Amino acid sequence: MKVVEGYPDYMLKSIKLLEEKREKNMKRPVKPMAMKDREEILRKYHPDYMKGTKRKLRVGIDRGTILYNGLVDLLEAKPVLDPKDVDLSNIDYDVDLLIIGGGGAGTVAALFAYESGVSKDKILIVTKLRHGDANSMMAQGGIQAADRPEDNPALHYLDIFGGGHFTNKPELARALALDAPGIISWHEDLGVMYDRHEDGEFQELSGGGTCRNRMHSCKDYSGMELMRNIRDKARNLEIPVLEFCPMAELLMDNKGQIAGGVAFNLETFEYYVIRAKATILATGGSGRLHLANYPTTNHYGATGDGLIMAYHAGANLLDLDTIQIHPTGDAYPEPLVGILSTEKIRGLGAIPLNKNGDPFVFPLEPRDVESAALIRECKEGRGLVTPTGMPGVWLDTPMIEILHGEGTIEEKLAGEVRKFKRFGIDMTKQPILVYPTLHYQNGGVEINEKTETKLPGLFAAGEVSGGVHGKNRLMGNSLLDFNVFGRRSGIYAAKYVKKAKIGKLTLKHLDKYNKMLEQANIKPTKTAPIILPEYRGEMAISRSLDIF
Amino acid sequence: MTKKEQILLEKPDLKKEEDIEKKAGTIEVFIMGKSYKVPAGLTIMKALEYAGYRYIRGCGCRAGFCGACSTIYRIEDEQKLGFDLACQKVVEDKMYLVQLPFVPAAKAEYDIEKLRPTDSTILEIYPEIARCVSCNTCTKSCPQDIEVMKYIQRAVRGEIAKCAEISFDCIQCGLCAMRCPADIKHYHVSQLARRLRGKYIDTRSKNLSKRLKEVENRKYDNEIEKLIKMDKKEIMKLYKNRKIEAEEADRGGD
Repeated sequence: MKVVEGYPDYMLKSIKLLEEKREKNMKRPVKPMAMKDREEILRKYHPDYMKGTKRKLRVGIDRGTILYNGLVDLLEAKPVLDPKDVDLSNIDYDVDLLIIGGGGAGTVAALFAYESGVSKDKILIVTKLRHGDANSMMAQGGIQAADRPEDNPALHYLDIFGGGHFTNKPELARALALDAPGIISWHEDLGVMYDRHEDGEFQELSGGGTCRNRMHSCKDYSGMELMRNIRDKARNLEIPVLEFCPMAELLMDNKGQIAGGVAFNLETFEYYVIRAKATILATGGSGRLHLANYPTTNHYGATGDGLIMAYHAGANLLDLDTIQIHPTGDAYPEPLVGILSTEKIRGLGAIPLNKNGDPFVFPLEPRDVESAALIRECKEGRGLVTPTGMPGVWLDTPMIEILHGEGTIEEKLAGEVRKFKRFGIDMTKQPILVYPTLHYQNGGVEINEKTETKLPGLFAAGEVSGGVHGKNRLMGNSLLDFNVFGRRSGIYAAKYVKKAKIGKLTLKHLDKYNKMLEQANIKPTKTAPIILPEYRGEMAISRSLDIF
Repeated sequence: MTKKEQILLEKPDLKKEEDIEKKAGTIEVFIMGKSYKVPAGLTIMKALEYAGYRYIRGCGCRAGFCGACSTIYRIEDEQKLGFDLACQKVVEDKMYLVQLPFVPAAKAEYDIEKLRPTDSTILEIYPEIARCVSCNTCTKSCPQDIEVMKYIQRAVRGEIAKCAEISFDCIQCGLCAMRCPADIKHYHVSQLARRLRGKYIDTRSKNLSKRLKEVENRKYDNEIEKLIKMDKKEIMKLYKNRKIEAEEADRGGD
């Protein structure tokens, strides 16, 4: 059997309609929604506001809080580590700073901790897969920083805060906006190849919910280019990294401080006891939990482990009653379902259209509003349905070439072009079919401006942290987030290390957690964190034996 | 409860897989030489999982950005080896598959601050590029269709900016380095070229350095403090009424 190339006939017919209306559609774009309309469409069509997606957590410091079902399932599961299995008298790694996660936040943290005086042999990054395997690497669109004369950090702050429905922690939103220019300048020093005009100024695009064009990009490989530079620097400095060793649980000491963690070697199944004066949690997001049954753009390792282990130790969580679904995940062809098509496509001028070729939403609403509008269009029968039953609407990419000239797509969206070309779709001439996909964990472990959590010795940065974006993140603020707070965590953890004294190591918090589960009358059938998602075929699993 | 029991409890829908197989038809693939039947239309990655493999190595972003799943394949009775990413390439009938779990290719260590972008900078750090025999095997093995040999030639000639430009879409999967008869580590070479270009050759932004000075002089602190102290109604109004640049005539920035 051969894979079908390009679009099936009924989709081509719909494309015809869209082509006929293209000129008109470009002339008369839909206006942004009024605040009241935004609220209404969110209430009706966004999973955050719909019934059945969430429930009350019954255990731990945040009990009574409403969270997504998939997260409650894991927080009410049994801690994966049995303290009896671990000999804490035998310390495998004794360091000043343990960094959990080798993505953007963790690597930036390591660089700044080193610059702040922690010697490199006293830093240890542990990571689930390879160094750099992270959502950071996959970010396409770009990074926000208010550096044009028409723009300023106060406007950036206003966008962050309004985009987050005024629920962000203000001091974190301020740090994000004010640190941004410094971060871009640091990237220039590293050697990041940003898209620039001939005079050296950045090519800056608009993003959903931003009032100024402030999106800095590196083609549509922005995250990859940042991560390549950051990781190259870490490798040149020989900062120690333990790959394929996810953290199973955090360690504490008898004074109630976080004191490192227990890592698990995925290949030999050994555990390692890691004692550390300070620990930075940089484990990233949780898209692979497929909350509300959405497909996801996320990395294979994005299973929310950091949330779970921090919660087991007593840290509190914020805003996990919301998830970010990105408006434009791919809906066709089937092998691409859930994979991201960057917001930059809309930033460059492509407009979402329904099956009749009509526009229905301002292309650059904040992500939650834009997603809700796409879902409404499909629920009300104005979307297309693919042969495998996936709903979707068009994103009219050829508009970009009309607006900015032929060759623009190839130049600015090389990765996207490559992705669709494999399946016989030429996005410079044909639109692409999109539907919202699970993209980002808005909330997480609460931090302050110094990235401190409520547990002494535990810092957090990047997607695992909560409070920066409130209940909705804007495009271009996650690459910024891991840089701003990764840097801050490295600097403040380095300070903390100087005076920290670790007492006797313990995993008693896990016994305590098990007791709390019992008291809440919860009988867990699962264990958490889950470390990796399970995608094996059901037939294969159903026949598997546990005898080897 | 065992993991298997958990899974069966949650997803007992074996019928669904049978349906998929019926609908799509199955093909035969050979995973490291062993035959499995999988539904047509799956990516190599999903086909392996369907067959019962659970990834530890060889799987990363699952979207074509990280280079973790570089795969070598050959269709039965065909001469040519194929190279691709397991998460992007769709399986074909009688495909023999193996994934590369790791690439042993030492990266040079350097301090970018101490380098200068001269004609010989790259050659001094990676002298083996001079041994390139122009066989073009690297280019043929690139899953991103990058002109790998061309950028190596540029590097040999000291054309850093061009080497950086051609290599920009590199996902550092390492297939080029595994195939090279001259033992060149192409993807490390181009990483150096791109950093040299980004740092030393591209003109820097003047707007940025101006803004940076303003931020350092705390020019915006009061304004943001005012926004933080503002009551919710007032800031909501301010937000609602702000002018949006993308709505103006010149949408999209450039």
